[in-house]
Amino acid sequence: MIDRSAAQTDRQRRARRTSRSRKVRRETLLGFLFVLPAVAIYAVFVLLPLALTVQYSLYRWDGFNVPVWVGLSNYENVLTDPDLLNTIFNGFRLIFFFSLIPVSLGLVVASVIRRSATGGLGNVARTVLFLPQVIPLVAAGIVWSVVLSLTGVVNQLLTAIGLEGVTRAWLGDFDTALPAVGLIGTWVLLGLCTVLLLTGMTKIDPALYEAARIDGAGAIQEFRAITVPGLRQEIGVCVTVTVILALRSFDIVYVTTGGGPGLATMVPGLDIYVLAFQARAVGVASALAVVLIVLILVLILPIQYLSREKGE
Amino acid sequence: MLLAFSRSRRALGGLAVLALIATACSGSGSTPTPPPATPTPAATTEATAAPSPTAAPITCGTAPVELNAYFETGFDIPFKLSEEFTKQFPNVTWKISQDQFTNLTNATPRLLASDTPPDIIRLPTMVSLVKDGLLKNLDGYVTAFGWDKWPASQLLQNRVAADGTRGSGSLYAAGLNYSMTGVFYNKKLATQIGMTTPPATVADFEALLAKAKTAGLQPIMAWNASASGGGLAFPLQNLMAAYGPTQPINDWIFQAKGATIDTPNNLTAAQHLEQWVKAGYFPKDVNAIEYTAANSRFGKGEGVFMFNGDWQNAVYDKDQPGNVGFFAFPSATAGGKLAAMSAPLTYGIATKAKNADCAAFFLNWVATNATARQINVAIGGSNPGGPSDLPVPPAAAGSVTNDTLAGGAQVAKDSGGMDFIANATGSIFAQGWTPELQKMVGGKQTADGLLKAVQAEYVKELAQ
Repeated sequence: MIDRSAAQTDRQRRARRTSRSRKVRRETLLGFLFVLPAVAIYAVFVLLPLALTVQYSLYRWDGFNVPVWVGLSNYENVLTDPDLLNTIFNGFRLIFFFSLIPVSLGLVVASVIRRSATGGLGNVARTVLFLPQVIPLVAAGIVWSVVLSLTGVVNQLLTAIGLEGVTRAWLGDFDTALPAVGLIGTWVLLGLCTVLLLTGMTKIDPALYEAARIDGAGAIQEFRAITVPGLRQEIGVCVTVTVILALRSFDIVYVTTGGGPGLATMVPGLDIYVLAFQARAVGVASALAVVLIVLILVLILPIQYLSREKGE
Repeated sequence: MLLAFSRSRRALGGLAVLALIATACSGSGSTPTPPPATPTPAATTEATAAPSPTAAPITCGTAPVELNAYFETGFDIPFKLSEEFTKQFPNVTWKISQDQFTNLTNATPRLLASDTPPDIIRLPTMVSLVKDGLLKNLDGYVTAFGWDKWPASQLLQNRVAADGTRGSGSLYAAGLNYSMTGVFYNKKLATQIGMTTPPATVADFEALLAKAKTAGLQPIMAWNASASGGGLAFPLQNLMAAYGPTQPINDWIFQAKGATIDTPNNLTAAQHLEQWVKAGYFPKDVNAIEYTAANSRFGKGEGVFMFNGDWQNAVYDKDQPGNVGFFAFPSATAGGKLAAMSAPLTYGIATKAKNADCAAFFLNWVATNATARQINVAIGGSNPGGPSDLPVPPAAAGSVTNDTLAGGAQVAKDSGGMDFIANATGSIFAQGWTPELQKMVGGKQTADGLLKAVQAEYVKELAQ
């Protein structure tokens, strides 16, 4: 008797489980089908070229004739050739201008706007700072080439304040070309970071500020103890986006200096193009691309981990 | 309801994506395959030759023909010639695309290998295109149109031998006109520094440069930014030809076996260029000046001298009518042979071109038709080439073209024509000359180092 009822309950339980798991399986299948078009496009336009790039990096190929297998010698080339290594270092040097300055300056500017420039003035400030993001990088590069030229606005201003001895063609001078290109990047990205951080600041509970003020904290202490930790995620996003842009920059460098003078502003993004299409060394270009991807991941993954909210 | 994906489901999803890639990849095989429809590399002259000379005369026929052409931006001459051609042959229309020199250098192989290759295309460099079998062998047209009766030196630069060296072998490109390069000068400023006749030797020229510097003028206007390539290659090559014969330079450009640019004569030339840089004869910001900016600054009166070519004549005449003169760069010794870069603006026909015969007929027409030759001189500012018994049409009075044609005649008499050192290989300009010349301007490269670095890059590219 007991066995039969137990068997019955068991059967009922199994029947319920089967109908539930069938329902779950159907929903899972539907989910996959919804995602399929996007995954297909992603696979064809992102994952497939990525796989092909890795494949090309193992060959010596000029883009037209039969490729020749060379194994890892392209990677050896990338990691030992001083010119190619310098290219990678230039990418890292740009991180200072594309990432560090926009984030730190953006924090300061966002704080100032939040505290003192609310309402109309704040909106104007936000719009003006964000405008560079709207301008195509190529157009920005062309305008800055003129601004930074020997007779451009920057030198005119310097002459006006009596610093004529310092004037030069900023983009043609070996020592200042890379910083000049970096500053263009700072100009482009400052607005993005400022707006992002400003938006994040609205998330922070104003009661925290009140409490701190009651305890006698000054502006800087508030900034350090409340604002910055509260903006952890936004800072993480800013740093991630700007570091990636710094390492894969192409537009600004191509339009302003073309990698010159000499190789002073040659960056990986541009070098890959030059190697693949001018020097017709597709294998080396692909190897450089893969090394660049690895470097970016090595930098970004720790940042992503550190900027995650506790308990996520 | 949130579907909680178990680890196995996530793995399944990942596998599905990998499967997608795998199926896509397997289509391309285990080795990277070249794009489809690439003709087999043919460095020999069979199979792609033009029709035999005993066939009917080659024309564009009477049926409507659309010529697919690719020209270089900033050069009016092929556009004007194509308009005139349609006027004379109304059944021929043109579909013209254009691009900058540097972009054309990169894009040409892909354009020629595509399914709708151009019938006629401006060719910055040739050898690798010939090696890949992308350019049509024009030997058949040489005999059909009688181009072999023209002065041989005209076709020489466009010949490529079976081993890939230029200067001999089958013809793979034709020139629209034959440019002349040298020194342009601002007549007003030149009189200001006391120049009454063109300098007879390099030393005389350098004396003039020094006088210009002390007078507070910009001695030489030049361009050296990466975007337009190192313009200092022009004075460098002029100096090379002043201090040595032109044959070794041409050999190096034509990729003759064992050719080197690192010679004692060239070292002297490079040292003189280094002296000019150190003496401040070039603009302080020359590494940031592009070709168009340099020309516009010269046109506004900045710069006594400018090393350039006669393709710029029309612009010089427009910016400073009657104020621009020209002389071929002098030799090192008085009375020495004159030499200059003088290359045809090369145009080629794709191996798979649909209207190859009509394109070849156009190239022949440019050199032989009287109106075409007139356009060549008036707008191209250059010698139209062609049969030596056809007269060279005169240029407008006061135009600097008169000076360049005269200079060109002198150089032709001395057999001093050279191709450009920038054209030696597909990327020797962008990877070799330009960065090294920029470094020299910035004080980071010596004359000796410049030649050695470029030679090393040359050898590396040829070995690929």
